[in-house]
Amino acid sequence: MLRELKEGLAAGASAEEVVSAIFEKIKRSRLNAYNCLSEESALERAKNFDKKPWGGLLAGVPIAIKSSISTKGIETNCSSRILSGYIPPYDAHVIERLKEEGAIIIGKTNMDEFAMGTSTETSCLGPTRNPWDTDRVPGGSSGGSAAAVAAGEAPAALGSDTGGSIRCPASFCGIVGIKPTYGLVSRYGLVSYANSLEQIGPLALTVEDAALVLDVIAGHDPRDSTSAEQDRVFLPHTERYLPSLTNGVKGLTLGVPEEYFGEGVDPEVEKAVWDAISKLEDLGAAWKMVSLPHTKYALAAYYIIAMSEASSNLARFDGLRYGLRLGADQDWHTTFSEIRAAGFGPEVKRRILLGTYALSAGYYGRYYLKALKVRTLIKEDFERALSAGGADLLVTPTMPFPAFKIGERIEDPLSLYMADVFTVPINLAGVPAISVPCGFAGGLPIGLQIIGRHFDEASILRAAKAYEDATPYHEAVPKEVV
Amino acid sequence: MAEKDVIIGLEVHVQLNRLRSKLFCGCSTDYHASDPNTHTCPVCLGLPGTLPVVNRRAVEYAIRVALALNCDIQGETLFYRKNYYYPDLPKAFQITQYDFPLGLGGSILIKGEDGEEKKIRITRVHMEEDPGRLVHAGTIDRAKYSMVDYNRCGMSLLEVVTEPDLRSPKEARSFLDKLRNILEYLDVFDGDLEGAMRIDSNISLTGGERAEVKNISSHKGVEKALAYEITRQRSARRRGVAQVQETRHYDELRGITVSIRTKEEAHDYRYFPEPDLVPMRIADWVPKVEAELPELPDAKRERFVAQYAIADDHARSLTSEIRVANFYEVVAKRAPPRLAAVWIADVLKGELNYRDVTIDRFSSHQMVEILDMIEKGKITEKAAVEVIRTILDHSGDPSVVDPVAVVEAKGLARAEDDAVKAAVRAAVEESAQAVADYRAGNEKAINFIVGVVMKKTRGRADPGEANRLVKEALDGI
Amino acid sequence: MITGEDVDHISWLASIKVSEEERSAFVASFNSVLDYFHQLDELETEDVEPTYRVVDLTNVFREDVVKESISQEESLRNAPRTENGYFKSPRIV
Repeated sequence: MLRELKEGLAAGASAEEVVSAIFEKIKRSRLNAYNCLSEESALERAKNFDKKPWGGLLAGVPIAIKSSISTKGIETNCSSRILSGYIPPYDAHVIERLKEEGAIIIGKTNMDEFAMGTSTETSCLGPTRNPWDTDRVPGGSSGGSAAAVAAGEAPAALGSDTGGSIRCPASFCGIVGIKPTYGLVSRYGLVSYANSLEQIGPLALTVEDAALVLDVIAGHDPRDSTSAEQDRVFLPHTERYLPSLTNGVKGLTLGVPEEYFGEGVDPEVEKAVWDAISKLEDLGAAWKMVSLPHTKYALAAYYIIAMSEASSNLARFDGLRYGLRLGADQDWHTTFSEIRAAGFGPEVKRRILLGTYALSAGYYGRYYLKALKVRTLIKEDFERALSAGGADLLVTPTMPFPAFKIGERIEDPLSLYMADVFTVPINLAGVPAISVPCGFAGGLPIGLQIIGRHFDEASILRAAKAYEDATPYHEAVPKEVV
Repeated sequence: MAEKDVIIGLEVHVQLNRLRSKLFCGCSTDYHASDPNTHTCPVCLGLPGTLPVVNRRAVEYAIRVALALNCDIQGETLFYRKNYYYPDLPKAFQITQYDFPLGLGGSILIKGEDGEEKKIRITRVHMEEDPGRLVHAGTIDRAKYSMVDYNRCGMSLLEVVTEPDLRSPKEARSFLDKLRNILEYLDVFDGDLEGAMRIDSNISLTGGERAEVKNISSHKGVEKALAYEITRQRSARRRGVAQVQETRHYDELRGITVSIRTKEEAHDYRYFPEPDLVPMRIADWVPKVEAELPELPDAKRERFVAQYAIADDHARSLTSEIRVANFYEVVAKRAPPRLAAVWIADVLKGELNYRDVTIDRFSSHQMVEILDMIEKGKITEKAAVEVIRTILDHSGDPSVVDPVAVVEAKGLARAEDDAVKAAVRAAVEESAQAVADYRAGNEKAINFIVGVVMKKTRGRADPGEANRLVKEALDGI
Repeated sequence: MITGEDVDHISWLASIKVSEEERSAFVASFNSVLDYFHQLDELETEDVEPTYRVVDLTNVFREDVVKESISQEESLRNAPRTENGYFKSPRIV
């Protein structure tokens, strides 16, 4: 799809028309996918492109950016009241890369406040709606990016994934989303929620589109100390991801983790995933059952680590240098406490406070350190399952169920956390994963998660592409769009 | 005076201000003469999404210091987050070290109260980032609001923590002087820059709780604040008031300490390893840094004594500041080393201290010329002191640079031999009574005649030489 | 069990003022979440090393090279309150 768009633009189609059409669509939309548009600068750039087209992997292609990714001159508020009006003086590494490759930034997408959520309901700007059923959530936390792409309000988008925040909304909105290997994409400019877990990644309509965007944003960045060295980023057999797409699945062994099926999983989801495994088998892959025995502990470990890191990362929002400042100043502690009380929503407060507790004197060992040890066990589960002679890839449901109704889970934090059961282990282990559409349940999309070894995005993409080529699900269009 | 019941430990924050850029970003360290918030960037302002990257040379400097302070260097060391709120801390955590600090268990030698060498143990040396600077609208305890400048924020700091081995304010000051000296030898630190060293002192009397006097920026200030605290804690004890554990602020103007946080405040910094940085394996790096370590004050002192055959006190004085030591060595290559030691350690340093200026005001060339004139008998010692003073008092005046010219201009040259001999002859003739007394056996009578000689030569004769000539004249008759 | 006093202490540490109403709601939800976390106690982890980060990188440095800072105007642009080139902070004591 991006390829068609690029070819059209190269053949003389007007970028300005493309961009204008998108903005018109966004303005008509009921989805609330965006929290800030950069209409003026996008149209300006599109006009310039039309006058004197430039090259690049994404020449003239409009892209939407999750609001947690820093964009110079464009409000980056993480859908939080405390950051309303904050305009960064710098671009994230990924934004620099997109611009270098000729893309046009059209706006910032709605999200769960500070990426804390699975439904995009915790945004201070109201929930984003699922284009397949506007009474339902688009998933989260990158729900705005996913809904925009699914509804044709952006050709492609960037999201961030701390515990499933790209894959979950991709699954709920019937599109493709990639959580890259930790260290593949620079986090410089991504507003931190849980530093040791998160990555920026693409959301797109097809595997090819996602691979193209990943090609652009992957790579070493000296400003991120956890960014992998360049020779680790691309495996020897592939310089870029796009060329690896055509390799098919012959010779690959898929592992099917037993813990990802059964209790708690919607039967229709389970069936769709088994159908997908059969399809991949038809295409030439082998499969076998594997075990990731510590899966049931992943959620607890994940939430302890994420909340702990978040409590520290979000401490800087005090209204002094940017963001919300209320009323007359009192002493600094009172002033900060009241700004933070007014600026953060309930879920963010809950996570900050619990994370503060988990790190506090006397509890560090019981919670944070314990969770990091369990993380080791989970990481070892994956290493074992994906070891030489084991599976090359793992296939699972992305989410245990399709999109739920707005308001259905938001009141009960634990039930919301449970939705992340199949996505968080991947972030704990740092391995890459993709979600691709694999069917429908009651008219709602289902996502297939394909997980690979560290830095082996190429194998994930090639399996996903082979599957996509053999199935029609990515071609379905949500009714909100029609 | 050392007092047995006084217990002092120091936490010294040293800015590695010889680095060009800050610890985690590329902002320049050269902010001292700049407007507020002009040496800042998204990283040191802690803007959302920014990440730190460690300055390699900062680590090298830290290793240098830890080695010079005789610490054990940890083979693998890492950064933590120390979480607390304060307006000068833009991320609301400070990136610092906690477990596995760079250096553990060192020591340095100071001259103790009894004049003997005393070893002060160093608990740890660790790296951290400097917070910004608060400017209070008025005094800290009465200001309606404060203003924040983040130019300093993110500067590389070393925290040097001592064991409670110090027994008096004077010892604390000796420690700080010695530490500063070592840091300047290592070329990692310029103590003249504002805010280069900030000291927190813990002080208690045996059996009492301690007070922490925070953030004093001069060695003299530390000495005064500690002296004040000892008096305050003693008198409180006499009145039966128990010292509570508290943080106090030193008010430099009033020369007193004031409690700034009396309310019970639970510190809980929630340290955890900084997830945005990776561990530093420095074991293989240390030997290289060690091999390149410059000669340190104690070693230099011993070498000066051995190589130049000078007194230990002179050597200690000369090596107590790297610039003086270097000055001495340059001079000692071109002038008699022992003469140079006396004149630099006893005279020049005194004159510099009196004027509160550094040795940069005086050139080694000037010193060599002065020593040359002394040695050749062209000027008296008294005249030499006069030359030094004249040059220092006319610093910046290009007509008062060359010592020989100063001697000429001020007529300080020693009188010619003939003039002295003539003065001696005349003095002997004029002093019949004194000559008679001398010949009668009163040796002291000669002083009167020498005095006449000095008067006649207006002091330009060397008193010893005059004495010899008078004696010769009298004995020869 | 987390109590109301615990919530007060944590809210002080985290610098987030908590209203009476929030306080009781947090007590309930924190206890149910912490209860869930306690299932980790089932695992014996005495001899397990913690995983702080999943990249096995060490010694990542930058050279001591000066890069241009941003201007004072840019530094202060997002600040709600400023004075004479400074960020204006609430009073300290």
